[in-house]
Amino acid sequence: MSGTTCQPGLERLRWQCRRGLLELDLLFEAFLDKRYSSLSDADKETFNQFLEQQDQTLQEWLLGKTAPEDEAMARMVKLIRDAI
Amino acid sequence: MNIPVRRFDTLILGAGGGGLRAALQLARADAHVAVVSKVFPTRSHTVAAQGGVNAALANVTPDNWHWHMYDTVKGSDYLGDQDAIEYMCRAAAHLVYELEHAGVPFSRLESGRIYQRPFGGQSREFGGAQATRTCAAADRTGHAILHTLYQQNIRARTHFFDECFAIDLIHDDDGTVLGVLTMDIATGEPLVIEAKTTLIATGGCGQLYRTTTNAHINTGDGMAMALRAGIPLQDMEFFQFHPTGIAGKGMLITEGARGEGGYLVNKDGERFMERYAPNVKDLASRDVVSRAISIEVREGRGCGPNADHVMLKLDHLGSDIVAKRLPGIRDTCKTFMHLDPVDTPIPVFPTAHYAMGGIPTDRFGRVVMPSGDSPEEVVPGLYAAGECACVSVHGANRLGGNSLLDILVFGRAAANDILGFLKNNRYHRPPNQDCIDKAYERFARWEKRGDGESVQAVRADLKKAMEDHCGVFRTEKIMQEGIDVIKAIRARIPDVRLQDQSKVFNTARVEALELENLADIAIATMRSAEARQESRGAHSRIDYPDRDDVHWMKHSLYTLEDDTLDYKPVRTKPLSVETFPPKKRVY
Repeated sequence: MSGTTCQPGLERLRWQCRRGLLELDLLFEAFLDKRYSSLSDADKETFNQFLEQQDQTLQEWLLGKTAPEDEAMARMVKLIRDAI
Repeated sequence: MNIPVRRFDTLILGAGGGGLRAALQLARADAHVAVVSKVFPTRSHTVAAQGGVNAALANVTPDNWHWHMYDTVKGSDYLGDQDAIEYMCRAAAHLVYELEHAGVPFSRLESGRIYQRPFGGQSREFGGAQATRTCAAADRTGHAILHTLYQQNIRARTHFFDECFAIDLIHDDDGTVLGVLTMDIATGEPLVIEAKTTLIATGGCGQLYRTTTNAHINTGDGMAMALRAGIPLQDMEFFQFHPTGIAGKGMLITEGARGEGGYLVNKDGERFMERYAPNVKDLASRDVVSRAISIEVREGRGCGPNADHVMLKLDHLGSDIVAKRLPGIRDTCKTFMHLDPVDTPIPVFPTAHYAMGGIPTDRFGRVVMPSGDSPEEVVPGLYAAGECACVSVHGANRLGGNSLLDILVFGRAAANDILGFLKNNRYHRPPNQDCIDKAYERFARWEKRGDGESVQAVRADLKKAMEDHCGVFRTEKIMQEGIDVIKAIRARIPDVRLQDQSKVFNTARVEALELENLADIAIATMRSAEARQESRGAHSRIDYPDRDDVHWMKHSLYTLEDDTLDYKPVRTKPLSVETFPPKKRVY
């Protein structure tokens, strides 16, 4: 997996948001366009970690089938859902 | 231009299930294998295949591969090649057990055997009672297969070029394919990857259409590379649509919604399926429902400000039924449409799902094309497998559960043939410099500065044109207009300019290269569809409503360089059993 320790550029993130599922493409695209730039540095880092999750897991979280146990991830789910 | 070069025995383009199955076979046989993937491998579209993989294991109902073969031939509307179909159905059980041993967590029956579920189009005894044939790992079969294959490949030391975009094939003076020119997306730098054999496993091209279930990565890159290398694409007119995708976005609303009592209405609130299928109404087969929706929209009875969709009503079912039986649909609607189907109808339109056509191959995964008197001359060094290929096991229409099987069976078959090829071709050959220069030119062309149209504008027009002129509603007039529209759109591409000339993760540049790929496939699809004057499987024409086995039981081959169509016969002779002759396809 690509390294994610530093604050990545928006363009790199945009490519990380290309996923195997259309639903994720659409959710992440809207989030990057509308919301990402106004996030705090901490939230940007959380989003970065969020993208490391598997596509199926992300889809279940973002469509509300299951909820992440981690609080920061759960917060990110809400931010992304609110942006679409 | 001095472009760095890496060399491998085998290069695989695409890290979905087909590419990874082949890579594993090769790496385990100690071949030096590289996989090029434009996204991180486990983000390939194979994860979207939730249904399962067909294999006649007979764990739930009696079954055998021959019945599976019959269903596949019939499902293909008799356009599938029966030698390849027999090979696939016979290999299925072995491939599934192999995956089980590799660690795919298949769901279990109480007996401990692999769980199987019934799917449409599956029968016992050659068209008899429903068979239960689809092996599933809950609702994440594709995901489980992809992750297992990826981990096994890491273990077998397959080399991965992640986030690397393949631009064009390279070959020698004799036409032997010797790898590709790529671009590292992270740096924007070109790299030549030379290989004794190249397998294209780049998946489908649903992004041809505005409304599609396919992820954004599905831009048919490998198909377009083959076209530009002078290889024809086969049967591109056959594109499978689901009748109910969310309008303008494409996400699937499962047929279960209508199974539970949901129905479609037009702008007048009319339940229009009563006119098209008086008995079964909204439960008519996919193609009938898709066509009905298209006709309603074309005749001005569509809903919304652009009158471009119809409505699926579930609000009469009550919140209990929707919440209990259709929770996935409710989640999707709430997330993307901000509507609750419990009280608001869902805007829907047919959504493009799967390309049956692709790069012509034989059942060994070798790419074949007409040459001299032979309709199927092998292109040395080049292989293809999965949705980008046309072997052809799906013919005019794919059965559910057969796409995962296709990638596994022919990914492995290609790898086996590659191993034989490598034994006889031990040394790297020098590639033709002109073809590298030409590929580089296509790559470098996007560095031109100045004003011009945007990639997004041209891509949006292309997708809309395909939806309007080559969707489920097809007539000669609509498609002839479509050819002109697509040609006009293609002519705009040389004037497209990128505003962002940066090198690092320049997504716009990748999208520009994808646009070129889509435009090449679009003309192949439109021309093949316009020429085929019959209705067969997914290709359904208003002006030629019947299947015509006398004139059209043959495969289309579209060549880009001279914009021509050619045809070759269907392989109706299986390997060991009797031919299934064409019959009227009724379910």
